[in-house]
Amino acid sequence: MEFTKPALEYAEIWPIIVVLAVGALGVVVEAFAVRRLRFPLQVALSLVGLVAALVGTVFVGTNLDEAAGGQARGLLGAAGSVVVDGPTVFLWGVVLVFAILGILLFAERRLENGVSAFAGQAAALPGTDAERDAQSLDHTEVYPLMMFAVSGMMLFPASGDLLTMFVALEVLSLPLYLLCGLARRRRLLSQEAAMKYFLLGAFSSGFFLYGVALVYGFAGTMDFAGIDQAVRSDTGNTALLTIGIGMLAVGLLFKVGAVPFHAWTPDVYQGAPTPVTAFMSAGTKIAAFGAILRLFYVAFGSDRWNWQPMLWVIAILTMLLGVVLAVVQSDVKRMLAYSSVAHTGFLLTGVLGAQSVGDLAAGQVTSTQAVLFYLVTYSFATLGAFAVVSLVRDASGEATGMVRWAGLGRRSPLVAAAFAFFLLSMAGIPLTGGFIGKWAVFTVAVSAGAWPVVAVAIASSVIAVFFYVRQIRVMFFSEPEGPVGEVATVTRPSLLTSGTIVVGVLGTLVLGVVPGPLLTLAGHAGQFIR
Amino acid sequence: MFLFTEGGHSIPVVDPLGTAGVFSLMWLVIALPLAGAAVLLLGGRRTDSWGHYLGTAMPIGSFAISVYMLLDLLGRDETERSVSQHLWDWVSVGDFRVGMDLLVDPLTILFLLLITGVGSLIHVYSIGYMSHDPRRRRFFGYLNLFVAAMLMLVMSENYLGLFLGWEGVGLASYLLIGFWQHKPSAAAAAKKAFVINRVGDIGMSLAIAMFFVTFGSTSFTVISQGAGEAGDGALTAIGLLLLLGACGKSAQVPLQAWLLDAMEGPTPVSALIHAATMVTAGVYLITRSNFIFELAPHAQTAVVVVGTVTLLWGAVIGCAKDDIKKALAGSTMSQIGYMVLAAGLGVYGYAFAIFHLLTHGFFKANMFLGAGSVMHGMDDDVDMRHYGALRKAMPVTFATFAMGYLAIIGFPGFSGFWSKDHIIEAALVESPIAGVCALLGAGVTGFYMTRLMLMTFFGEKRWLKDVHPHESPSVMTVPLMVLAALSVLGGVLFIGHWIVDWLSPVVGEAPEHALPIPALALTAITVVVVAAGVAVAWLLFGRRPVPATMPIDVSPVIKAARADLYGDAINEGLVVQPGRVLTSGVVGFDHSGADGLVRGGASVVAGAGQGLRKLQNGFVRSYALSVLSGVLIVIVTLAVVNL
Repeated sequence: MEFTKPALEYAEIWPIIVVLAVGALGVVVEAFAVRRLRFPLQVALSLVGLVAALVGTVFVGTNLDEAAGGQARGLLGAAGSVVVDGPTVFLWGVVLVFAILGILLFAERRLENGVSAFAGQAAALPGTDAERDAQSLDHTEVYPLMMFAVSGMMLFPASGDLLTMFVALEVLSLPLYLLCGLARRRRLLSQEAAMKYFLLGAFSSGFFLYGVALVYGFAGTMDFAGIDQAVRSDTGNTALLTIGIGMLAVGLLFKVGAVPFHAWTPDVYQGAPTPVTAFMSAGTKIAAFGAILRLFYVAFGSDRWNWQPMLWVIAILTMLLGVVLAVVQSDVKRMLAYSSVAHTGFLLTGVLGAQSVGDLAAGQVTSTQAVLFYLVTYSFATLGAFAVVSLVRDASGEATGMVRWAGLGRRSPLVAAAFAFFLLSMAGIPLTGGFIGKWAVFTVAVSAGAWPVVAVAIASSVIAVFFYVRQIRVMFFSEPEGPVGEVATVTRPSLLTSGTIVVGVLGTLVLGVVPGPLLTLAGHAGQFIR
Repeated sequence: MFLFTEGGHSIPVVDPLGTAGVFSLMWLVIALPLAGAAVLLLGGRRTDSWGHYLGTAMPIGSFAISVYMLLDLLGRDETERSVSQHLWDWVSVGDFRVGMDLLVDPLTILFLLLITGVGSLIHVYSIGYMSHDPRRRRFFGYLNLFVAAMLMLVMSENYLGLFLGWEGVGLASYLLIGFWQHKPSAAAAAKKAFVINRVGDIGMSLAIAMFFVTFGSTSFTVISQGAGEAGDGALTAIGLLLLLGACGKSAQVPLQAWLLDAMEGPTPVSALIHAATMVTAGVYLITRSNFIFELAPHAQTAVVVVGTVTLLWGAVIGCAKDDIKKALAGSTMSQIGYMVLAAGLGVYGYAFAIFHLLTHGFFKANMFLGAGSVMHGMDDDVDMRHYGALRKAMPVTFATFAMGYLAIIGFPGFSGFWSKDHIIEAALVESPIAGVCALLGAGVTGFYMTRLMLMTFFGEKRWLKDVHPHESPSVMTVPLMVLAALSVLGGVLFIGHWIVDWLSPVVGEAPEHALPIPALALTAITVVVVAAGVAVAWLLFGRRPVPATMPIDVSPVIKAARADLYGDAINEGLVVQPGRVLTSGVVGFDHSGADGLVRGGASVVAGAGQGLRKLQNGFVRSYALSVLSGVLIVIVTLAVVNL
């Protein structure tokens, strides 16, 4: 067999490569730079790398039309394993923007008196002398870890075949497992969360890999275009295809935290260092939904009638359980975690809005467009909300118990107002981005005939309003109970965190008042190419 | 342009002109109170000393612009009285387009004048009423927020903007009902209003979704022009969903239970939100959506039924309450029932629904503020059994309240007489059963309002110890006088059928319909029925002393009425209980099942190392089990579909 060397389209895929290279460079810095210099070097390196990649993404996006020689908007690169098309570029841009905001949160050092929110030395056992010695150290390995995760997040929705998708899944997951276990405070909880995330993640990866094997058995090929061909011509054993779709779905639904694959979400969101939670709640969801869209629209698009009912069931379960469990939470981070589960359900509702291009009226919002838009609005709100959570503290670190937040609106009106605004956006109240996002996904789902799901979605958003507003009530209308020390106060952050919160508020507000440009941009991203 | 119904009525479609002259200031009507709310709520304590003046100036400014616009409209030709202003594209992608557009037409302008006019008076009154409250500035901030949202509701040119206002007034109402948050009853009432209104909001959201699917737009212009082509099923469904929304906001059966509890809010709030403006939003919605309801006769029938049931329901509750505000709340429910009934009658009723809405806005705001003035003098006691003989102690309040009283019972010549009489008349022709019920309701209104008057202002003094009633300061009585004058004179809107002609470019021209009996005879019958109600009340409460404590050995009917006709029980049985069972089931699962770590987490941190290992093992296993069950769900659903 003759081996042909694959040609890499560096001009189109260099944003990923930049991020990967910065990650690798970070490892070198970690090995050779003196400790004093590591923190500034790593932060600067990461920021420069991410900004460069973002500029590159914009550049690639504007040249997308020429890239494929006018055939389609985009190209199949790296011998078909990386697809650079409209949605890919959009998702890259979004991932990079939130990664930059994530780095800013990572680099916040004022909250912990001059050190970051990460354990000084991850290997030191909790409660030992080694841990105390590492009190003043900073764990700068988190930056290269995050770079690797970001590169995985970029590759995930851009993958053109099942194997690349699997590799991307692991590349994005493994650094995140580690990052989750690195909290400086409450280390047992953090390590436990990381362990659980890892075990369950490995478990679900197994399913994904098994699905890859089954679908390969059906189609005889790994790449999405080939699978699509096989599905259309209906050759091969359909049982293999059906079970294969199911297994692949399990792997992806686990990543987005759909019910009943959500069990890790609250524990990990609560246990992980809050900057990590903020970053992954936005980044993972963006990447994994991009992958879901690509896999289900491109590879299995013509088999839609067979997998849609399954997603109906999952979407309904996810929304209902998400909101109902969120109602009974007494911890802010867990409440946000369950709310993120519910938002997964709303996003799945948007995924169910898939229609053939022929059925779409000219200018109608497509489901890809709606989901992409929703991802952005949700990411602004969730990243901002977790950034606020990292500020509300008492003597033992972050105070995430809901009762501790009582009366926060009076003590720190601005911070509380920002948090309330994020919650209102998540609740989908008009004049916030969340409202337009919800509205877009519901509309596309209704026009694709998924109105029962939308009915459940509307009912769920109604329940959801209850717990969001309850939190606002606690902050603004409740008197703090108990002794003074039990009450959480807002620690003044540096410009890094407050800047992130301001960006979140502005993003949410702008998307609520003038969502047009971003919706147009998401629409301009067009469809996935094969 | 017109739409034509099967019955041969022609309905005008919405077709506004562009802005010119004063109408380019349309946006300011909303922006002024909104800016007021922003300054007062964000400005903090710095604005304490002058905040209430700013808060009062804002709606007065809006009122001035509204009057200016009315004058301009009056000078225009009938076909040119609809004007819209495009502010910006809210959402605009391909055909998915929603503008932030405002609309002023003959219907909207009446609402603008009511909201800003009565709203301004209530702001002025509140300066006095809330003078001792340390959070007065915040109160004015919320009131301004409410006014802005309510104006958004009636000025939007599309259902999405209307919904924005709809949610806004809901939020303001929630904040204001619970304003005295130190009272647990106020907090509970706010929550109840919020939850019940959510049910109505589901109707609104679904209706908006259906507008999108059916018409591809939420604009009144587009929908009214395309309504003729839409299917009957879709129109009926939209009509019923809009009715559900209206029921929630306007406290109509079966979503009525929150209004009585909402009286926990400060009295100016009850007057502005829960009598004059917000609760009438449902009537506005139905009238504004006339192009839907005219083409969906089944939905119209449902509107008539809801209105009729509520007008009697509210009236019966009003008869049994000893709390002066709750008696008035029952009456509000009943009067809105009249409006909804009228709106359900279609082209024959829209104009009278709006007419009654305006006069009701005057006399009910008057009476609520009067009740507030009484409470002000009686140390915030609301129990009418502790009142009596207040007419000497509070002469101005008494005189103004009496004007409101005569207006609501429909004393000939007063505003309520004109508006209610025509609703009964139209109902008798179009739907005799509803008409008879409305007539009966008028009698009951006479009864409960007379009872309220007698118990409060006449009879023996039943004052508690250390209560020294006194007249309120003039900042409170002047608005009362203005509203009293409006209650008396509101009928002038009907001179020469002015209001009917004024609204006809929006709601359509009603064809002549023949009354079974002469109109004058019907008016006479109505007056006699009301007089009978008044007489019964006088026999029961005027001739013999009123017991100072509530009698317990009463008939089952009164007991039922005292218990709000078991409205709470009905809500409880239909919504709350099943919900609670579901929640507790889920919570139980949450505690015992896969997610026990919620509580476990805290003790883990506390350092239970040994327990930690056990917990950890157990839970990852059960998490994995949950994933596995998910795999089963996925495979089974896929298999079922593929078989």
